[in-house]
Amino acid sequence: MSATVNPPVVFTQDELGWVSWIEPLPEAELTERHFNGLVERARAKSEYFRLLVRDPEVLEARTKTDKDIFYNVADGLPRAERELAAAATSRYNGCIYCASVHARFASTYSKRREDVQKLLDEGVKADLGERWNAVVKASVALASTPIAFGPDNIKELRRAGLDDAEIVDVINGASFFNWANRLMLSLGEPSK
Amino acid sequence: MSTPDIIDTLAGIKPGSALDAIRGKRLQARENAEKSYLSLFEPIDAGDFSLLERAAVAAFVIGLHGESPVAAFYRDKLAATAGGAVLVKAIDAEIARGKTSGPYGSFPAGPLSVENTAGLIYRVDAAGKSALGPRLVAALEHAHLLVFRPRDAASSDVKALLGAGWSTTGIVTFSQLVAFLSFQVRVVSGLRTLAAATA
Repeated sequence: MSATVNPPVVFTQDELGWVSWIEPLPEAELTERHFNGLVERARAKSEYFRLLVRDPEVLEARTKTDKDIFYNVADGLPRAERELAAAATSRYNGCIYCASVHARFASTYSKRREDVQKLLDEGVKADLGERWNAVVKASVALASTPIAFGPDNIKELRRAGLDDAEIVDVINGASFFNWANRLMLSLGEPSK
Repeated sequence: MSTPDIIDTLAGIKPGSALDAIRGKRLQARENAEKSYLSLFEPIDAGDFSLLERAAVAAFVIGLHGESPVAAFYRDKLAATAGGAVLVKAIDAEIARGKTSGPYGSFPAGPLSVENTAGLIYRVDAAGKSALGPRLVAALEHAHLLVFRPRDAASSDVKALLGAGWSTTGIVTFSQLVAFLSFQVRVVSGLRTLAAATA
């Protein structure tokens, strides 16, 4: 792609665009197999999803994994903290685009916009209070390679009041963003 | 109670256990993590990214994360894939050469530059090149970038894959494979740790 981009140079909660480095499928070439992969037809308008839909089966399975981990809040961790795990992982891995989307969600659901901004501005060592610190620290330990998540992270999460179902949500949310960040960072770049 | 999937098997989660019950409340996530695995390793069409290449890249990516039941699983998978047994030694050698700690790399020039962290820029050596061939050499170098320093990825890196004979669709599946494995190994590691802390 040769589109002109205006890449952001700081982490932000603003809405960003994303420009692919390789050719997405043209909308006119999408078949039913592709629409099944997109899960939501409206995603045919997104350059990112029209690129990923080159492998529709993987995209469909990934999208459904994503939706259940983040939107199925009948029990387990509140949505705000699932989004916090996603934002912290993205901040640590360096995905400015993913961090912008999930920091925004974390702010919306927690009403703690200033704390979320502190995470973006100061990084994953920012002091956000015991419960959020435990979630951020666990997410960072999971994002490290080799993986640094250990019994101390579980202890901290429990001390901060999380039960095992909620800890599984932290593990799933943070782990999932190691998937998302690597797609966003490797196939294109954000634009203001 | 559910039939164990790959994550259960690798994390040591037994049917009827507390963690099995917790995973059972996220059935869609559970089933689709498994479907992601199947669509990557048993695809409808492997034309742009061969089964052998998928197994080799997976063994390399998970090997870079350190020894674990997941590393043994993907090393065995490579050995069991047609043409894979002869690559195991070469992949093991590349894992040993590529091991480091991440994430590191550079941010876009600006206020974040103070957070830039230098680290290994992995390249396959001459011995690896003759054992692996140009497509896998390019794949391993790119996989290492995505594992350890994803924020360094640039358009020139995907161009290098195109130059080594990868198609655009092959690059998409390749990126999904590396990224999916980054997810799967963390879920397994996290759940194993939790299971041990609960026992």
